[in-house]
Amino acid sequence: MTKQEALFNYCLRLADTSLILAQRNAEWCGHGPFLEEDLALTNLSLDLIGQANSIYQYAAQVEGKARNEDDLAYHRSEREFLNTLIAEQSNGDYAKTILRQFFCDTFDFYFYAELVKSKDETLSAIAEKSIKEITYHLRHTSSWVERLGDGTEESHTRMQDALNEIWRFTGEMFEMNEVDTILIKEGIAVDLNSIKSKWESKSKEILDRATIKIPANAFMQRGSREAKHTEHLGFILAEMQSLPRALPDAKW
Amino acid sequence: MLSKEQITSLLSAIPDPEIPVINIKELGVLRDVVVNGNEVEIIITPTYSGCPAMKQIEDDIISSLERNGIENVKVKMVYHPAWTTDWITDEAKEKLRKYGIAPPEKTTADKGALMGKKRALECPRCGSKNTVMISQFGSTACKALFQCSDCKEPFDYFKCI
Ligand SMILES: [Zn+2]
Repeated sequence: MTKQEALFNYCLRLADTSLILAQRNAEWCGHGPFLEEDLALTNLSLDLIGQANSIYQYAAQVEGKARNEDDLAYHRSEREFLNTLIAEQSNGDYAKTILRQFFCDTFDFYFYAELVKSKDETLSAIAEKSIKEITYHLRHTSSWVERLGDGTEESHTRMQDALNEIWRFTGEMFEMNEVDTILIKEGIAVDLNSIKSKWESKSKEILDRATIKIPANAFMQRGSREAKHTEHLGFILAEMQSLPRALPDAKW
Repeated sequence: MLSKEQITSLLSAIPDPEIPVINIKELGVLRDVVVNGNEVEIIITPTYSGCPAMKQIEDDIISSLERNGIENVKVKMVYHPAWTTDWITDEAKEKLRKYGIAPPEKTTADKGALMGKKRALECPRCGSKNTVMISQFGSTACKALFQCSDCKEPFDYFKCI
């Protein structure tokens, strides 16, 4: 694998994760538990789409095959997407949506803080921009995880159920492969081992405050680094890509 | 060909599409104008990554320059240095307040306000400091939602980043 191929793959991993997570959160638009949360989740989605957009633009430039950001988002299929499995999990109830977002925010918070130091100027600049938004996201979701977990009996049970369901998708966020090896050597990528303990201690701190417990079963599902996904992604793409695929030359 | 200063002054007439009382120069979105022969490059930076107004601003820049006979225009988006509300001029902050949006504090002072701690924001309508945050996310990505406990009016706060 060349450095260029590795960088293209790395950009897709980041952009796909932001885009799919944004698409999931956007499903709440008009269905939020109350107006302020409806606005919060859609605003959060918008930030994620913006981040995805700038990374796709860069990916297209790195690839150099005259594809643009829309081609990458709308004209690739399931086995080409490199988003993490946690990003594509179904929304469930609000507890599950918030917890999924909290785990991703915590990851992003430490990840993008490191990516700012990347020798790749474009990724560093995008990270510098994104980290400001992610800081807001994390503040929001961590306060909701705590409030719901340490809330009523009902909200506590739902938050614990959510944790039991999605914990097994958190492990592969830190998985590294040849792409990482090549890019870490170049000073471009973030060594995910270096942020794992920070992610764990932040998660533990908030889950403790939320009075919910990490499941004893330590099994972790993996696959996204090889573009192997859970059953959800195909359905997300079918909906998200239907318009551009039906009208590929449409101009807005 | 117009000079850099003339072009900057032309573009300073372009309002922000979502908050039309301030223009793109005083908002800090317009970063630079580079004149090279008969080519003009306009450097802009987004307030938020996903700000939907950026495309509109780009179109507005191009059509404003076309109206003034400049056809060869490139608009370039940069992310570094990342936009900060500290770039909004004091004059623009006053315009925001009059428009009903509480202007951003200095980034260093902002944290307390959004964490719901101490430092109370001033209601842009009645000036009361007896205000509470309703949501960190408001009508657009750049705003948070507050309410005044005295005049009871909700208001937007232009949050600092
Ligand atoms: Zn008031």
